[in-house]
Amino acid sequence: MAQSTKPPANKDQTSFGSGGSGLRYPSNGKTIYHRPLNRTKTSELSQASFAYLFAEMVTYAQKRVTGIQDLEKRLNVQGHPIGLKLLDLLLFREPPRTQTRPLTIIALLHFIKVNIWQHLFGRQADRLEKSSNPDTPDEYMIIDNEPLVNAYISVPREMSSLNCAAYVAGIIEGVCDGAAFPARVTAHSVTGNTKEDEMWPAKTVFLLKFQPEVVEREALIGKGQ
Amino acid sequence: MTVFAVIIINKAGGLIYNRTFHEGGLNKISTNDYLVLAGTFHGVHAITTRLSPVKNVPDRNSASSAGILTRPEPPSGLEVLESENFRMQCFNTLTGTKFLLFTDTTQANVDVTIRRVYEMYSDYVMKNPFYQLEMPVRCEMFDRKLLSYIREINNR
Repeated sequence: MAQSTKPPANKDQTSFGSGGSGLRYPSNGKTIYHRPLNRTKTSELSQASFAYLFAEMVTYAQKRVTGIQDLEKRLNVQGHPIGLKLLDLLLFREPPRTQTRPLTIIALLHFIKVNIWQHLFGRQADRLEKSSNPDTPDEYMIIDNEPLVNAYISVPREMSSLNCAAYVAGIIEGVCDGAAFPARVTAHSVTGNTKEDEMWPAKTVFLLKFQPEVVEREALIGKGQ
Repeated sequence: MTVFAVIIINKAGGLIYNRTFHEGGLNKISTNDYLVLAGTFHGVHAITTRLSPVKNVPDRNSASSAGILTRPEPPSGLEVLESENFRMQCFNTLTGTKFLLFTDTTQANVDVTIRRVYEMYSDYVMKNPFYQLEMPVRCEMFDRKLLSYIREINNR
């Protein structure tokens, strides 16, 4: 991503047909798909440019929405394809020995907490939790004390239930779906009065609710071992 | 060493943010008076800008410029206003937003402080998707960061 793609200097030189030039097809014919997958492994991006881009994404998603849930849904949908692709990319980059896909819920959650977070935000997620409520054994939580996407965002009071980390929830959902653990993922702000909550005012809980068949399969795997 | 208040004025002369930090430093005035103060200061600033001559008229013959035209520094208007009990520093950004900092007269490094406030404004206000340009600033995150920064200075 550090490499800038030059706009074609001369239209006749492009190896693509008419109308094929533009930002998407650089004149030398080398698209992002021609680059080795490990090239951008350690490259970093500017947080400021991401913040501006994300602010525009939120503004874009805000157009013609019917409510806060609809807005969160749109942000979620924007993140979903990223998660699907990220799962494959990060597994590809693993050493061959550990290249297997996560097969249990715990392995999947660990993969998200460590690998996905490390790749996206440069650090691990802060905590993993399982729902303590016996009625909802299908719910798991990933906790981030200060999500990078919300670093500069203050949500107005009339939209207080909105959390723009719904975008990250979409990425997580994409990873889960890609790994064949279909789930619904939502992002929730935590507002409490404990000392810890005051220390992390932007603390966000990602709630993963797996489909019943996932839980069923998990139980069967447990028996088999 | 105390910072009393921060005021932000948009490029049309409207008050978009005002916050006092220290009790007893400045007398309280009504919100309406703050609006008048912002508008008046904006006008005075505009006039003082026209008073001041343009600095660094580019010398086309000098070898150092090497064909690159240097833009003359824009004329700056009123920057500091001092009274017996407080000192007001103004920082005018390139886009015409003004930051006013009211401090006591012994406060040092005000320009550093005011730049830091500007930095916070560009981070927590301009990068916030829910902020509408030129409208009053209502960003919880900006409030929080500004308060903790100023508190740190006032307790020094």
